[in-house]
Amino acid sequence: MRTKKTKSREAGQRIRRDNLIAYSFLLPSLTGVVLFSMIPLVISLYVSLTDWNFTRGVGNWAFVGLENFKSLWQDQWFVASMKNTLIFSVVTVPVGLLLALVLAVLIDGYCHRKVAGVVRVAMYMPHICNIVAISVVWMALYSKYGPFTQLMRILGWKDPPRFLASYEWALPAIILVVIWASLGYRIFVYSAAIAGLPRDLYESADMDGASGVQKFFYITIPLLKPTTFFLTITGIISSFKVFGYTNVMTEGGPGTSTYTLVYYIYTSSFKYYRMGYGSAIAVILFLMLLSVTIVQWIHNSRAEKG
Amino acid sequence: MKKKGNKRMAHLAITGGVAIVTLMMVIPFIWMVSASFKTEADVMKIPIDWIPGYFYPDNYLKVLSIGTASSTNYHFPLAYWNSVKVAVISTLTAVISASMAGYAFAKLKFKGSNVLFILYLAQLMVPSQLTLIPRFVVFSGLGMTNSHWSLILPKIVAVSSIFMLRQAFLSVPDELREAAKIDGAGEYRTFFKVMMPLAKPTIAATATVQFLEVWNSYLDPLVFISNWRKWTIPLALNQFVGAEVTQYNLTMAACCMAVLPVFAIFLLGQKFFMKGLTVGAVKG
Repeated sequence: MRTKKTKSREAGQRIRRDNLIAYSFLLPSLTGVVLFSMIPLVISLYVSLTDWNFTRGVGNWAFVGLENFKSLWQDQWFVASMKNTLIFSVVTVPVGLLLALVLAVLIDGYCHRKVAGVVRVAMYMPHICNIVAISVVWMALYSKYGPFTQLMRILGWKDPPRFLASYEWALPAIILVVIWASLGYRIFVYSAAIAGLPRDLYESADMDGASGVQKFFYITIPLLKPTTFFLTITGIISSFKVFGYTNVMTEGGPGTSTYTLVYYIYTSSFKYYRMGYGSAIAVILFLMLLSVTIVQWIHNSRAEKG
Repeated sequence: MKKKGNKRMAHLAITGGVAIVTLMMVIPFIWMVSASFKTEADVMKIPIDWIPGYFYPDNYLKVLSIGTASSTNYHFPLAYWNSVKVAVISTLTAVISASMAGYAFAKLKFKGSNVLFILYLAQLMVPSQLTLIPRFVVFSGLGMTNSHWSLILPKIVAVSSIFMLRQAFLSVPDELREAAKIDGAGEYRTFFKVMMPLAKPTIAATATVQFLEVWNSYLDPLVFISNWRKWTIPLALNQFVGAEVTQYNLTMAACCMAVLPVFAIFLLGQKFFMKGLTVGAVKG
């Protein structure tokens, strides 16, 4: 009887000790999750319901309920930010993915392995570069006598605009940079997926005399659907977060032509210190990102089932 | 026979096409390097001299000496040092913290592990743009704005790295852990001496990804650091461009210096880096 008791006490102590050790392993990251993510999340949600200005100091919140969320839609800067952010997604994702898919298929199917390796690394370069550095290089390329503008002249565009200073052209110019910068990453992901496709399907298609184009449309595209889906989701998420390029190249201008959601969060919160208003925009961005992620979840759980 | 010849021609033609596209992709970088060695007068000359006729490396010296002599409010060598410091310490912090958490989730049995795992997963949903304002408020309350701690400390959570490392530790057989325990090693000793070395490739992968992320980080330092003495490279570069806007030879030299370490790390750690990417990508 006595021995049994001590045994169970010992077991209880061991479990407690194991728990303690496990939590000591989690302590740094858990502190971080709570301190830099969970508590800030709660603060953000609350501040978005206030008209708090940072200069008034912590505590003077001025609770206004859903007022921010109502007035946002009357704010031309916000409407422009929303519109531009959506344009970013709608253009950069499909165009970028299509280019990446075609290039990945060509590189993997037709180039010598060594050439393919060099090409993939070279195209990947922009993705790892500092956004500020990339923006600065493109500002030079887009400048009045810059190489890109000169190239347009040579190609027969008599009077090319100053791309980044033009109301019509600033957004397309930045979109081009974004597509360029993410192309290598997308090619890389597609290539990794193509390498894992079953060879025998292609072989039997070859025996049936299918052309390269037919194989592309009837085998490659359907089989790569999960990869395309993954890249679409991550593409939408990153285009919702566009900030650096517009901040460096145009500062949202000219006018509202390149305002994006994150840029507007930045200016309203840290230039005008309207933290309540800025938080409201951030909450809207959060909801947009969340809905994209939920779509991904539903899709993935369905894919796993059937 | 003829068909085979045709096929080879097609391969050659497509390889040529791909080569041209690749060239177009990297031309901005080639131009950047080339312009950084030109004089101001030669930079925008058409047709472009890809190899500068008059080789002018002084641009680099000029960029490095700006701010050391005059009263301008940026200082490239200092920004460089700040960037290296922040990136190295952040990467170490992230890797150690993420390995520990990944190990706990993979190998240790403890109460509440499921709940915590879900909490960590949920953390992935919270974008840093949403927490930016509260973090700024908290850091300024703690007097940590204008301190590099505001950039380093948040790196103790690198959730995507935690999941990668958890995966790596899961694939290590339990027998190794038990053997170490029988030899009398405690949980910490087992972790640092046995488990971490076994996860080296994944640790290298997460380290590369983290380093690049911190090195290129822009929004956080922009908000948290206003004192130019504490600026990292992206901030100094941005300021520099604002001031020297038309001196493209100088700005290109500055850009070259900003991307050089990244290219070096990428080429050296390419194998690991690509692994780090595929772990996230192929699962989706």
